[in-house]
Amino acid sequence: MAALINVPSKAKRGDIIEIRTLTSHIMETGFRHTMDGALVPRDIITSFTCRYNGTEIFRADLFPAIAANPYLSFFTIARESGKFEFEWIGDNGYSSTASASITVE
Amino acid sequence: MTLWRAIAVAALVATIPALLAGEIQPDARRSGYSFMGPDTRAMQDDDTSNPGMLFVLDGEALWGKKVGSADKACADCHGDARSSMKGVAARYPAFDKTSGHPVTLDQRINLCRANHQKASPLPYEGRDILALSAFVAHQSRGIAITAGDDPQLKPFVEQGRNLFMQREGQLNLACTNCHDDNFDKHLAGSPVTQGQPTGYPIYRLEWQTLGSLERRLRSCMTGVRAQAYEYGEPELVALELYLMSRARGMPMETPAVRP
Repeated sequence: MAALINVPSKAKRGDIIEIRTLTSHIMETGFRHTMDGALVPRDIITSFTCRYNGTEIFRADLFPAIAANPYLSFFTIARESGKFEFEWIGDNGYSSTASASITVE
Repeated sequence: MTLWRAIAVAALVATIPALLAGEIQPDARRSGYSFMGPDTRAMQDDDTSNPGMLFVLDGEALWGKKVGSADKACADCHGDARSSMKGVAARYPAFDKTSGHPVTLDQRINLCRANHQKASPLPYEGRDILALSAFVAHQSRGIAITAGDDPQLKPFVEQGRNLFMQREGQLNLACTNCHDDNFDKHLAGSPVTQGQPTGYPIYRLEWQTLGSLERRLRSCMTGVRAQAYEYGEPELVALELYLMSRARGMPMETPAVRP
């Protein structure tokens, strides 16, 4: 699925940087009914993880009250050049990944 | 005699402003963007926080994907959308010579699928049609709307204008009663806008997805307790055409974010 990642491409060592992620997902709550009364099964992202050169730096659990196309933003300290890896895991075996690289001077 | 004529002329001149009262002057037109709060504006302005951009990305992938029995992608005929589709959405709904009627961008995409790709039409408001039209319309972002300039469209713009001015539904309201006469006031907690369709398809937070101008118009019709026109019905297309010609010269914002 499509994802939009915003990581600064360059940073000074020790800088606090903001990471913003937006991913495509319907986030169906599991509480809604169709016109003929059948329950629409839950289909949400349940977990998000961000790794910085292999080390987990941020994790979030997501719940049914979160809107479609979840947007998450968080901060970290730029320590070394390398790669941020993002992973979204959800219902029905949903899994999506993305990555972004940073140069730290 | 001359006196009576002068009085008649004076009376006529005096009533002209009243007759025109409904319509918004060109320099007083405002995009729905200007009615939004700072948070929603910030969401639209940043392409990495604008959820509509997710659909634009999907549309870009579909643009290059071969479909139908002709095994052709949009890109095989139209090439790079960044140059070939620039300004195209700004003139839709446009006149279709074959049918002699205006067609919306969504209908044009489906006509292209039927005639050139030999593929089945994409259902209205489905993810794929919205993604493709968002991708195409995004190429016109910042470009001034020119819809309705084609002289062949004149009767359809007029039809759309009449529908805009016509009261309907159990609440007996016309579009003009809110969107020309009472914009900038509030309906429940929400600002009433001028209804300038500058950013379609829009990502509407209430819908939690992208939606077309037709969806927006249909929900307004349901709001005044009228029977909404079906997607693609000529009346809805005419209304869409009138709205676009009413916003002539305003810049496109696709994909816009609206509350």
